[in-house]
Amino acid sequence: MNAPRLTDTTLRDGSHAMRHTFTRQHVRDIVTALDRAGVPVIEVTHGDGLAGSSLQYGFSLTPDLDLIAEAREAAERARIAALLLPGIGTRRELKAAVERGVQVLRIATQCTEADISEEHFKMAKDMGLETVGFLMMSHMRPPEFLAEQAALMESYGADCVYVVDSAGAMLPHDAAARVRALKAALRVQVGFHAHNNLGLGIGNTLAALEAGADQIDGCLRGLGAGAGNAATELLAAALDRLGVNPGLDVLALMDAAEYVVAPIMPFQPFPDRDAIIIGYAGVYSTFLLHARRVGEQLGIDPRAILIELGRRQTVAGQEDWILDVALELVRKREQSTEGLTLAEPVEANGSRKTVPGGADVG
Amino acid sequence: MGNETIKAAILGSGNIGTDLMYKLLDRPGSMELVLLAGIDPHSEGLARARALGVAASAQGIDAVLERPEIQIVFDATSAKAHVRHAKRLHETGRIAIDLTPAARGPYVVPPVNLRQHLDASNVNLITCGGQATIPLVYAVSRVTPVRYAEIVSTVASRSAGPGTRQNIDEFTFTTAHGLEVIGGAQQGKAIIILNPAEPPILMRNTVYAIPEGDFDPAQVRDSVEAMVAEVQQYVPGYRLKNPPVFDMRDTPWGRKPVVTVLLEVEGAGHFLPPYAGNLDIMTASARRVGEVFAQHLLSRREVMV
Repeated sequence: MNAPRLTDTTLRDGSHAMRHTFTRQHVRDIVTALDRAGVPVIEVTHGDGLAGSSLQYGFSLTPDLDLIAEAREAAERARIAALLLPGIGTRRELKAAVERGVQVLRIATQCTEADISEEHFKMAKDMGLETVGFLMMSHMRPPEFLAEQAALMESYGADCVYVVDSAGAMLPHDAAARVRALKAALRVQVGFHAHNNLGLGIGNTLAALEAGADQIDGCLRGLGAGAGNAATELLAAALDRLGVNPGLDVLALMDAAEYVVAPIMPFQPFPDRDAIIIGYAGVYSTFLLHARRVGEQLGIDPRAILIELGRRQTVAGQEDWILDVALELVRKREQSTEGLTLAEPVEANGSRKTVPGGADVG
Repeated sequence: MGNETIKAAILGSGNIGTDLMYKLLDRPGSMELVLLAGIDPHSEGLARARALGVAASAQGIDAVLERPEIQIVFDATSAKAHVRHAKRLHETGRIAIDLTPAARGPYVVPPVNLRQHLDASNVNLITCGGQATIPLVYAVSRVTPVRYAEIVSTVASRSAGPGTRQNIDEFTFTTAHGLEVIGGAQQGKAIIILNPAEPPILMRNTVYAIPEGDFDPAQVRDSVEAMVAEVQQYVPGYRLKNPPVFDMRDTPWGRKPVVTVLLEVEGAGHFLPPYAGNLDIMTASARRVGEVFAQHLLSRREVMV
């Protein structure tokens, strides 16, 4: 196992859990702490990437271009990364982000749609950036398929391609098999990005490293979407014990988690009831808070919504389907209630298979 | 007089051009399709045209220009090709209805602004997401000023061809611009998502609008429903999944009521599969635009006689 390169994405994936309320001061404090602790790459963007600020995903309190500029100013050694999802962000925001100091661009597509990223990779390379490809929701396709998509990104100019477990749905052998397939197919580096919905954020990252991953992601305190990500400070401790510490100050990262990030967190991301369902149903981790909000508004168990979204094979960024599915579940519930009054009570009761909230989850 | 028609041609014998051919043959109205012109002699579209008794040519634009009786030309080629075509069609006095993203002429959305552009020689159909969502943003903005409109179009991966994939940014820019200049929103934003689910999903659109000030939800709902009925006249598979939803959200303009409209577009399945509502709404809108232009030309002809 080689010492991996670590990218901290507290200020990007953590944006979801923070409901996109990071301030310049938060950025300055977190970047300074990570930089001093030896983290080489720090990602700063709205959770859904450049131009992610929207009704669909949540508006940013502070424009992410301002946060990027702040991060670049605060960092002495670390390089600043930004995320871009083609379909949401465009080359315009890419250019603006470079002007504000971005040095590494991570370009994310659904793991089946790598070919929408070509023009963004080309522009980023033309502008002299380091580029990383992100195959989101990688649990939805088998290793060989992912390797083909990764090869497309490599051909567009990616310096590294990540297997991204956006749903936190993988088990360690799933992560390892996917990383291994990419390692066999690519000449460039391979990375792994975990979510902790099934409690496997650290375990899956270690499995990915054993399978040959060159780069990994973490967030301080695991601050990220769903049950959060692999905690940066935990990864540092584990890598150090494995004898592959890439130069991270383990104690300083613990302090950053404890004293810089924990006090500003609205809650500690954790594999609780609804987050486990995200991993179990295999849906995008950022659906968590949106499904809770809509579930509360309509009196529907968020798990019923999330399971149905999994059944419909929703992909990254489809937050609008949460309301759609919830309204369908409400209609179904109303119809089944009507049905109850019309049908023989005993038979109707006997045939009901519902979760709390009354929606069928099959 | 009543039997008079305007002669029309389609440029581009790919999926879009072929689907449009079926629509024009199915409901010819005031147009008569006299030519399908492509550049690939072996294309399936040209073969189908011949089998259906429509003249077909692999000589592209030249085949159209050879026939002076053709007055309306639908361009379903590519943005790059349309830039060349637009010039030659204009010089020879044809009306170009542009289904590519080239946008040489004004944007048109049939139930919103088509009648303002009946004297234009070239009109552009924006994007599939624009044709689907701009009518709904306009339906809100005609009853209450809209500070911000945002749309999310989700289409089946299989329905997104290489042109869309290589130019995905264009969808975003162009649709957002259309939300502003035709939808009437002060600020527009567009997002596109490709979904690879099997079986493929129907085209889905979500329209969010933040009204500027106070408004009457019932008036917004009625306006939206009236607009849906209007679009259904030329896109039968255009339907709301739910009546408009109103809720309060934190926005850059403070805590504001947000209108959310969930829309589904099922294709007519003429040539393209029904899930590809995103392609169907382009060809259906093109047919509608052509029909209105043809009626306009016929009425002018009557006046001149």
